Amino acid sequence: MGEPRRPLLAAYMGALFAFLYLPIAILVVLSFNDSKLATVWRGFSLRWYEELFRDTEVLLSIRTTLVIAIAATLLSILFGTLLAFGIERHTRSPALENGIYLPLLIPDVVTGIGLLSFFATISLPLGTTTVIIAHSVWGTAFAAAIVRTRLRGFDRSVEEASLDLGVREVPTFLRITLPAISPGIIAAALVVFTLSIDEFIIAYFTAGQTVTFPIQVYSMIRFGVTPEINAVATVMLLFSMALIVGAYLIARPRGPRAARPGEGPA
Amino acid sequence: MNQGIRRALVAVVAAATLAVVAACGGGEESGTAAQEAGPVTLSVLTFNDYIPENLAEEFEKKTGNTLEITYITSNEDGIAKIEGAEPGTYDIAFLTSPFTQGLIAADKVEALDGSKIPNLANLYPEAAELAYDPGNAHSVPYSWGTTGICWRQDLVGDTVVDSWSDLLTPDDNLKGKVTMLDEDRWLLEPALKTLGFSLNTTDADELQQAVDLSIQAKSTLLGYDAETFYSKLVSGEAVAVQGWDGWCNYGTAEEANIQFVIPSEGSDLWVDTLVIPKGSTHIEQAHQFMDFILEPQNGQWVAENILYKVPNKAAMEALDPALLEQFPNMAIPPATLLEQEALEDLGEGQSAFTDAASKVKAG
Amino acid sequence: MLAPALVWWAIFLALPMGLVLATAFFKGGAYGAIIYEPTLRNLERALDPLYVGVLWHSVWLAMLTTAICLVLGYPAAVYIATRASARTRTLLLVLVILPFWTNFLIRTYAWIVLLNREGVVNGALEGLGIVDEPLSLLYNDAAVVLGLVYGYLPLMILPLYAAIERINPEVLEAATDLGARPLRALRTVMLPLIIPGIVAGCVFVFVPSLGNIPVPELLGGGRSEMIGNLINRQFLTTRDWPFGSMLVLALMVLLMALLVLQSFVLRRSRQVGVDG
Repeated sequence: MGEPRRPLLAAYMGALFAFLYLPIAILVVLSFNDSKLATVWRGFSLRWYEELFRDTEVLLSIRTTLVIAIAATLLSILFGTLLAFGIERHTRSPALENGIYLPLLIPDVVTGIGLLSFFATISLPLGTTTVIIAHSVWGTAFAAAIVRTRLRGFDRSVEEASLDLGVREVPTFLRITLPAISPGIIAAALVVFTLSIDEFIIAYFTAGQTVTFPIQVYSMIRFGVTPEINAVATVMLLFSMALIVGAYLIARPRGPRAARPGEGPA
Repeated sequence: MNQGIRRALVAVVAAATLAVVAACGGGEESGTAAQEAGPVTLSVLTFNDYIPENLAEEFEKKTGNTLEITYITSNEDGIAKIEGAEPGTYDIAFLTSPFTQGLIAADKVEALDGSKIPNLANLYPEAAELAYDPGNAHSVPYSWGTTGICWRQDLVGDTVVDSWSDLLTPDDNLKGKVTMLDEDRWLLEPALKTLGFSLNTTDADELQQAVDLSIQAKSTLLGYDAETFYSKLVSGEAVAVQGWDGWCNYGTAEEANIQFVIPSEGSDLWVDTLVIPKGSTHIEQAHQFMDFILEPQNGQWVAENILYKVPNKAAMEALDPALLEQFPNMAIPPATLLEQEALEDLGEGQSAFTDAASKVKAG
Repeated sequence: MLAPALVWWAIFLALPMGLVLATAFFKGGAYGAIIYEPTLRNLERALDPLYVGVLWHSVWLAMLTTAICLVLGYPAAVYIATRASARTRTLLLVLVILPFWTNFLIRTYAWIVLLNREGVVNGALEGLGIVDEPLSLLYNDAAVVLGLVYGYLPLMILPLYAAIERINPEVLEAATDLGARPLRALRTVMLPLIIPGIVAGCVFVFVPSLGNIPVPELLGGGRSEMIGNLINRQFLTTRDWPFGSMLVLALMVLLMALLVLQSFVLRRSRQVGVDG
């Protein structure tokens, strides 16, 4: 059936990707810079990678951040999907509908400060757990908003037809509803995960002695950026690519079972 | 999760711990928390990359105590951590003098027993005359220095940079290539000193004048930079910056044309110190740590690696003269440092001062 | 279904917010202490034209960022959503998200490397003989907006894509077949369906832009301060939490006004849209 050919739009995509990737490409190049100063080139070197792989603080902070992001994503998807369904299916309250966007409208610094004083008040020690809680507060809102966008476009008559034909609610949900909204859930998970990995301000207030990766980077920048950070960026990029390719390879065999042809493993 | 139960649990555990400690015969009660004897783990608050990497190892070798280090990104962060935690969470904190003075005034640090820190003898006599803590009664100094102008002598034509007003009203050689510090106490420094006011002023009128002058100067700045100003000098992006002496040396290490000068209007004196936050249960061991940190080789490490001057006479005298030649500001004598105005805790006046600084950043 | 998330939020969102807002009307003491005596002093301070100016400046920069993201992101979302092959769509989406998987601070720093007076862009321009003196590309509002757009563009593209992708292409085709001009088809058929996506994208971009701290700090050179920096300064540097809380309150009041506007747009789109 062929897709619309739009050479201008394709050229635009090319330019957009150049905009997105050029700054990162520069960092990759600079990660091989022998100079301590990122703005001066002094020949090819792998010394920053050597330093990076000896830098246990950076490595530990990356691990902490991954643990937080995975836990916060799972929590957010759980709460967020339930919330999206509840709002779309079981309520007509406009206050509640707008209410789920509220956490997105609270700047990080406010959430962070609020939680910090709250955790102090109930004397919950700051650490990985508190950051997970903090991240899933707004993660839930992101997940609910994205899943809901998808859910609203979902044609309920298919679901009703299934129920009318005597299929029970849970199988209907698993076979019909879930596949249809799964792109929304996957998009939500991607957004929450990537935001959590990157989140600095809330973590800064709620991490206590725990050092997340962004906090580590912030600390490094305060004492002057070294190309070790560029090396970190390069490794992160490679890691993300490997992760995505891996996820794609694992997901592919199940692709054809998706609800609509062309829905793909997304 | 029930908060009432959690609180009750915390209280029970705390009480049980105290009872055990008391029963074990460590109960020395004199307004201080029950002390733990023998080798312990000291919890230390310090800045990133500010102590020798093998310090913990060497300290353990010498005293049997281990270290648990928590990094802080600023003094404010450090204060927040101390005040936010249960007393006794931290045994040692690295803080800059005005903050140390504030904690001392608020009775939030332990008094030191000088007899347990024999290495105090390694310090310059001047280091016991610092106004924030005369006689080192509550703190030991780790490093000290001043703030001045760090500049590229090869990139400013025939301009001679030697005063704060050169930064505030730059000529064509400097315009758009000047950075200043934006941490509150230093943000107003060039203006306050140019106007002839104290760095510790909280007078509304004086502050307003300094705010006006600082906002005027913003249009000719490249930007504010308290983190990487020296790399801007190396790349030539900036040619004259307000900067701390030690950090200026990081630039000089890469580019020999980078000079440091104490401006003619005068500058500040800052001292980084170690204190024992109130409530520590390891006061004895914390003294051991302070004594250890004052051993010459540790001061020498700071001078050679951080390129900060240290109040440790023994350490400074052990330095390679070539280092002082490469980094002339390392050779600034203690007497010159003490001529600068010591930064003081502003107490009640702090909010007026910080409001002024906020206005400069907002303006 | 609503209960778990709402209880979660009641504990970890509503209570903390209440704490912060109550703090706005207390006095700030020395060393970051809060003196529990009611006062309006913080409100008076916050109304200083200098601080109100910072708030407006921030709103302006965040709106500019959002508008640019929408203009840049919409064609990209359309392009991706209209690819027939699911594999291509996935690949393109992944390519959009991938830069997001390197640290935000690092990516912001990359623009310093590119734009500074001795940076890559100025070097190239001088090398090509286009300019003699390096241009001041960094440490101004334009650099801040650029950094924000760069940082948050994927957050615009993703919800736009999610909204556009669920439009059945046959509906659009049918509309065109029935003689609707492309623009009319866009307005009457597509727009109501994608408005929720647009609103979501705008929210995702606007809020973190408005409350941003590192970008104005690094790319604005601290000369172009935004409300987030001002609040951050009160909480972290000067530790005057009551005054900071008052600034937060001002920010929240402003955001509430925008929330009302946003829900109004959404409601209208639903009236126009198919599920009216």
